[in-house]
Amino acid sequence: MSNTTQVGETASLACTINGAAFAVEVDPRRTLSDVIREDAGLTGTHLGCEHGVCGACTILVDGEPARSCLMLGVQANGHDITTIEGLANGDELHPIQQAMHESHGFQCAFCSPGFLMSTVALLAENPSPTRAEIREELSGNICRCTGYESIIKGVETAVELLAGNEPEQTGQTGQTGQTGQESAQ
Amino acid sequence: MSDVQGSILGNAVLRREDPTLLTGEDQYYDDLAVEGLVHIHFVRSVVAHANLTSVDISEATGMPGVIGVYTADNLEVAPHHGMPLLPPPFAMPLPAKGKVRFVGDIVAVVVAETHGQAVDAAEQIFIDYDYLPAIIDPWKALEADAPILFDEVGSNMCFETGLAMEDGDPTEGAHHVSSLQMDSQRLAAVPIEPNGAVAIPDGDKLTVWIPSQNPIAVRGALAGALGMEAENLRVAAPYGVGGGFGPKAGAYPEHILTATLARTLNKPIKWTELRSENMVSLQHGRAMNMKAKMAFDADGKITGFDVDLVAESGAYPGIGAILTTFTQTMIQGVYAIPAIRYHARSVVTNTTTTGAYRGAGRPEATQLLERILDVAADEMNMDPAELRRINLLQPEDFPVTTHGGASYDSGEYEAALDAALEAADYQGMLEDQAARRESGDPKQLGIGVSTYVEVTAPAGLHVEFGAVKVNEDGTVTARVGTSAHGQSHITSFSMIVSDMLGVPMDDITILQSDTDEIPRGSGTMGSRSLQTAGSALHVASETVLAKAKELAAHMLEASSDDIVKGEGGLHVAGVPANVVSWSELVAASNDDSKRPEGMEPELAHELDFDGQNATFPFGAHVSLVEVDTETGNVDMVRHIAVDDCGRILNPMIVEGQQHGGIAQGVAQALYEGIMYDSDGNPVTANLMDYAIPAASELISYETSNTQTDSPRNPLGAKGIGESGTIGSTPAIHNAVIDAVSHLGVRHIDMPLTANKVWSAIQEAR
Repeated sequence: MSNTTQVGETASLACTINGAAFAVEVDPRRTLSDVIREDAGLTGTHLGCEHGVCGACTILVDGEPARSCLMLGVQANGHDITTIEGLANGDELHPIQQAMHESHGFQCAFCSPGFLMSTVALLAENPSPTRAEIREELSGNICRCTGYESIIKGVETAVELLAGNEPEQTGQTGQTGQTGQESAQ
Repeated sequence: MSDVQGSILGNAVLRREDPTLLTGEDQYYDDLAVEGLVHIHFVRSVVAHANLTSVDISEATGMPGVIGVYTADNLEVAPHHGMPLLPPPFAMPLPAKGKVRFVGDIVAVVVAETHGQAVDAAEQIFIDYDYLPAIIDPWKALEADAPILFDEVGSNMCFETGLAMEDGDPTEGAHHVSSLQMDSQRLAAVPIEPNGAVAIPDGDKLTVWIPSQNPIAVRGALAGALGMEAENLRVAAPYGVGGGFGPKAGAYPEHILTATLARTLNKPIKWTELRSENMVSLQHGRAMNMKAKMAFDADGKITGFDVDLVAESGAYPGIGAILTTFTQTMIQGVYAIPAIRYHARSVVTNTTTTGAYRGAGRPEATQLLERILDVAADEMNMDPAELRRINLLQPEDFPVTTHGGASYDSGEYEAALDAALEAADYQGMLEDQAARRESGDPKQLGIGVSTYVEVTAPAGLHVEFGAVKVNEDGTVTARVGTSAHGQSHITSFSMIVSDMLGVPMDDITILQSDTDEIPRGSGTMGSRSLQTAGSALHVASETVLAKAKELAAHMLEASSDDIVKGEGGLHVAGVPANVVSWSELVAASNDDSKRPEGMEPELAHELDFDGQNATFPFGAHVSLVEVDTETGNVDMVRHIAVDDCGRILNPMIVEGQQHGGIAQGVAQALYEGIMYDSDGNPVTANLMDYAIPAASELISYETSNTQTDSPRNPLGAKGIGESGTIGSTPAIHNAVIDAVSHLGVRHIDMPLTANKVWSAIQEAR
């Protein structure tokens, strides 16, 4: 989005982002989050604190969760990056996204990319975590809107969806509740 | 609504907002792609109080990519005044002129091609300070020899309000008087998306994108500050706004400077606020220190309440200075209190400006009432729940006008208390606590109760714009003057319109937050949106439906009384096959030959809904905590919340508001607090030092609702956004003190960190 400044030398960065090859010359001091947002144009990765506490910028590096604000862009060289844009399959939400929708996981949703990527990593390692494990594993992400309960329910719903079970619904779609029928007056 | 079968109202309808938010597709202000964008960065004072002796920008001006460097010497902007009710000398010079008054005051401004270049240049600006003594303690700020922030005012007091101030002490001569001094400590709202702006000039016009709760008001403020005609200024919030919680409601000095320089330089400029800036720039909340006495008769009935408090306004007072009037309005709470004296003074100190934060003046009133009641219950050896019960206002007391002038609309306070005590198994909790005390276990249980009433859509915010229009293709566009930033209004508002018109929710577009689309409105704050904008859409849809029925009756040669909603449009009752679609209805409404005589074209209606007054949600919370008396550590065990927000439109969204509100209430009770050292240096100015609880610190809450309709709007709705915060903090606070009261601890100020709890236990022993 913005012009990159060349303060001294640039360095070559070649990696894959969401399965596609990505190569760019970067100022070595630029963070990976800035490279993802500005050079790759993937603005779904959000910056909430830029000092590694809030977790909104969490991405996967070779499948492991990492705070992209604490990595330099050049450190991604040769690695496999997954961002929030890499989850859904076209219009079809990833089961974890679908689960968060069904559980009213998020409100303003600014923190959601980080929570979603952390959850992908959590469930890859531990497909059926306990509630306490979910709280602990997601403790590196801050949400200011929800009090976390709905996010934890979302993770539990995702466990069910990923296992092919029918989870308990928090809500219903507007269409199922929709009706045009009115009683005669 | 009762004539509609299978109404979606009252159901947990999933959010329409989610699909694009959860994929990263939606844009927040920082994501907007703008051609030729340059970046602004603010150089802030690192000293709390000082005369500026020199600001040397010569080095910075020639740095790579730098477009401009500005100080008060080469940039003139009208001083920013955050609150018209306060005297003009309290305005904030932009940039700082001659003096700085808090760590974070804007001394210089850099515009550069990249953000990195702007920060590089900022580091080459050299500021010489001539230190002045800083004033941080708000009571000391009132003393005669205190350092003065604004010499031309001569005092640090910027606002004063009260009740019965000329009367005597209402607690004098009572059977029992309890007293308490407590701090509702300074908090940071910390929306996970910080503040910011993108200002895009286009000839005489300017577009400003901001993450805002109220773009319409910001346009007014910016137009004034920039000397522009409002019609040349478009202010809009993008679809994504990453939380607000109060302080994102107004125009900030940084917005004004960004917009001014975009015009001056004729370049689009972006301000991306960093978190460390956000912690000193975004208005803080609470920050009231309160002294109170409450008087009782021999039966425990309250006979008088006396309150003297000081509110910190920060260096350049804004809305925070007058939130003492909300505290005043709600100082009676849910109780019958014969006499109240209330005195509040707001003072400037060398700190960040304070403003609205989830609850905004009302939590302070509830915290004070609920704490002093527990102090009194302890002193009079009464059960805290029972002491509350005998003092509650009863349904037969309504309509109630309080000492503070609040006109409570409806309330069943004892029912909410009973529901919470029952859900908690209060008796069982008391037995568990007694057993634990008996056993001498170092981990002791504490039980806290709070009952509350709060005010939503306060201070004239009960009026709101809403418009509904059926489009030629049969879809519907609705517009509102509120501005959601996480509250799920797209879902709630389309439920209201869909339910009334029978149009599928997906065919309804809700427009908000953009001065190009919305003529007027008051934004989203004070838990006002559903009851005001929601009601406006309800009335507008109802009006459109009535007109459409009349039109359909004309077309079908029937009586409009016989026309009902059906699949895809309107039809005569019992003849669903012969339906007139919404697009046919719109076409007919615009066709002189098909429209009944005297009917105006279009199926559209807009209005300013007027609820006549605020509404007053209420409830009761019970909290159970475990305190380790050897370390002072507090663990929450259970938290039960019964919140009454009138009739519920979408219980899933209401529950989300309760949970989020409780989490922020817990955060004040146990974790958070903005702290300054005695020189005015903020020591909690990043998220490493400011303790926002994560999922690992919090528990699962037990939330439920009683439903007492508000008579002040057709939805029967009251606000729910702030109830959880208001109800939870004192319940947890009381629970922690209760856990250690048998050890002689009477009160501990929040946040109840292990260190403070442990120290209090040691002191009491």
